[in-house]
Amino acid sequence: MKVIIVIIYSFLSFSGLAVAAGGYSLNKANIDATDAESLQRGAKIFADRCLSCHAATFMRYNRLADIGLSQGQIKQYFIADNSVKVGDTMKSAIDASTAKQMFGVIPPDLSVVSRSRGADWLYTYFISFYKDDATATGWNNSIFPNVAMPNVFPQEQGVLRAVYASEDKTSFNLEVETPGTLSPREFDDSMLDLTNFLVFMGEPAAEKRKQIGSLVIIFLIIFAFMAWAVKREFWKDVH
Amino acid sequence: MLVVSTGAVGAAGALAAVSTLFVSMAPSERAKAAGAPVEVDLAKLEPGMLITEEWRGKPVWILHRTDEMLRKLDETADLVSDPDSKLPMQPKYATNLERSIKPEYLVLVGICTHLGCSPTQKLEAGEASGLGADWVGGFFCPCHGSKFDLAGRVYKGVPAPANLEVPPHQFLSDSRLLIGEDAARS
Amino acid sequence: MLRPVMTWIDERFPMSKMVREHLTEYYAPKNFNFWYFFGGLAIVVLAIQILSGIFLTMHYKPDADKAFASVEYIMRDVPLGWLIRYVHSTGASMFFVVIYLHMFRALLYGSYRKPRELLWIFGMVIYLCLMAEAFFGYLLPWGQMSYWGAQVIVNLFGAVPFIGPDLAVWIRGDYVVSDATLNRFFALHVIAVPIALLGLVVAHILSLHEVGSNNPDGIDIKKNKDAVTGKPLDGIPFHPYYTVKDIFGLVIFMIIFASIVFFAPEMGGYFLEHNNFIPADPLKTPAHIAPVWYFTPFYSILRAVPPMFGSQFPGVLAMGGAVVILFLLPWLDRSPVRSIRYKGPLSKISLTVFVVSFLLLGYLGLKPTNIWGQIGGADVATVVAQLCTILYFLFFISLPIVSKLDRTKVEPDRVTP
Repeated sequence: MKVIIVIIYSFLSFSGLAVAAGGYSLNKANIDATDAESLQRGAKIFADRCLSCHAATFMRYNRLADIGLSQGQIKQYFIADNSVKVGDTMKSAIDASTAKQMFGVIPPDLSVVSRSRGADWLYTYFISFYKDDATATGWNNSIFPNVAMPNVFPQEQGVLRAVYASEDKTSFNLEVETPGTLSPREFDDSMLDLTNFLVFMGEPAAEKRKQIGSLVIIFLIIFAFMAWAVKREFWKDVH
Repeated sequence: MLVVSTGAVGAAGALAAVSTLFVSMAPSERAKAAGAPVEVDLAKLEPGMLITEEWRGKPVWILHRTDEMLRKLDETADLVSDPDSKLPMQPKYATNLERSIKPEYLVLVGICTHLGCSPTQKLEAGEASGLGADWVGGFFCPCHGSKFDLAGRVYKGVPAPANLEVPPHQFLSDSRLLIGEDAARS
Repeated sequence: MLRPVMTWIDERFPMSKMVREHLTEYYAPKNFNFWYFFGGLAIVVLAIQILSGIFLTMHYKPDADKAFASVEYIMRDVPLGWLIRYVHSTGASMFFVVIYLHMFRALLYGSYRKPRELLWIFGMVIYLCLMAEAFFGYLLPWGQMSYWGAQVIVNLFGAVPFIGPDLAVWIRGDYVVSDATLNRFFALHVIAVPIALLGLVVAHILSLHEVGSNNPDGIDIKKNKDAVTGKPLDGIPFHPYYTVKDIFGLVIFMIIFASIVFFAPEMGGYFLEHNNFIPADPLKTPAHIAPVWYFTPFYSILRAVPPMFGSQFPGVLAMGGAVVILFLLPWLDRSPVRSIRYKGPLSKISLTVFVVSFLLLGYLGLKPTNIWGQIGGADVATVVAQLCTILYFLFFISLPIVSKLDRTKVEPDRVTP
């Protein structure tokens, strides 16, 4: 059965309408990798909420310096456990076997999740949890059906439920059942911050890469002109 | 002129590219994290006791010297080859007689300056040490017989050329020691 | 100051002689065009791959439990490790870009024709080694695509009649792709194949310098020599003329290379595939797996041939045959002229059809077979791939007749600008 899932964030005029046939479409994640504040907010959400079950075993806390945080701030706001040093990698708060018992799967490591999933998928995933009594956790996700992960942000987002558009249940909309503590816009922004951070974490060197790249290209273009002049000089008597 | 300058620019570019490769051989973030300064709680370290901590993969000894041990440093001054810590084996703040920030706490890298063995602790004086009745306490390297006193100063006439190294360290509080970082640098 | 040193060396090693023979007195035709940059570029890319590879090897761990993490370690913890890794991954794809263009040049101007048959064969063996090198190297990041790609390719050997299953197990050293496979692929990738490649490249160049370079006109420049000096009238010393020209070409190539490395290292998922950022999981195959782009024409041929007599082997044979048939090119082409410039319309159409079908096969190999929908119960894409496969082989099979029948133009006596 082809399930056509329509996500209508009807109260979100700005996020538009996501409609797709034979699957789902993704909401565009408008994130800015150079926005340090957004990245820091995202990092905080990640450390507080995601790291309770997931790990990011390739990401060191002190790498947060790249998004403008000092060693002191990292220690103060991001590391609860005193035995963890700023140079350590981000471990999950629960161990893998406990997680396996709780969710049936080991929550995947999130270090490079943005590179396999992409920003748009992550963002859409975060906002697409809805209440579903048929699942073990009581939650489901419209772009990741029967996902083992429960909704982490029901307080902030409120509770969404699926409203079937047609009799045969091949498509449904998400509608708000109980509003959350954040306005839809605020919640959306916070999920964009989180997505932004996950993208940063997928490749922390990305911004530096582009900076070095610009210099390299400028150098090569200048050198190309020089090499061309030399070539012309040598070849002027070849007919 | 054109050829020379183009050659120079090209060589500079090639050099920059190749240097990238060599930069990659410097200690990685993982190595740096593993070699990060180590915090030690000294509250439970009784006088006369020695604990060993690991810093950058090397043993670091922290010896809580008794007053008697400190008095012996005057006795050994004539027996050691560098009594005034002239050789650069310690940070500036450890060139005093005790070779330490606080007289009682001696912090040493437990690696013999001869060929890198780890000396054994012979803190007891006299025959019991196995080093003769006139041994006043210190460290003895089993590899080639180098001897060090209770400030890590090397005895004369042994293979080791220099005093045991004092690592950079600082006191975060009266009883909290940080090994691996000078107070001045943080 | 330098002269006594050179004399000292020359009395013991043919240094000056080699410089003369291969650079200052190697006479190359003066009419080399765009297509003649790629041989030199291939050598540069080989050097880049070897250098970056050496330094990656210092940090990489060929261990199923650690490989994926060690690649991320290179990307994050090693100073500038990300740059070296991206250079290596981009270099792999660019190597094939350069080699395909280099091979196409040979097709255009008949560079494989007598007396350059052995030169062509050395080149083809280099190409085979390169494919092996790329295949072994692709397993090393130990991501999902690495794992399942290796799984599928090794299983192709399992389709060989009688010995297949045992052969596949022997290649893997295990019943599935595993730590043992990773370890041996690592050894082959960093030592065995590179040594073979280096030797072959030397043989390729030596044999080129023995017979002399072909040129866009496909005529022999040695036929017109200066009566006094004995130098070819249409030849110029490789150094300095082609060294300065090739350096310019190299810089332009480096601009493209650097643009990819610094601004699009994943190249939209074609150079570094998204699913390869998920660690290898022997229990879960990704929904859509395709080989890296440079293998896709042959992968398409494999898919296009339906199983016969309950065996995948015909497809495997067709895929292997598609590569092997290239070896025969010097003997299939019977045209009186070398270069496409003087060949007739039949040859031009034939080559165009061949190139288009090769590119189409490459494109289709990247996509699932259902992208173009269905016609009469069959996938349109599969039908097109089957057609292209036939056209691919038809180019070679018809070549003796086409090249013989075709109306050729008269080759000029001297090279044209």
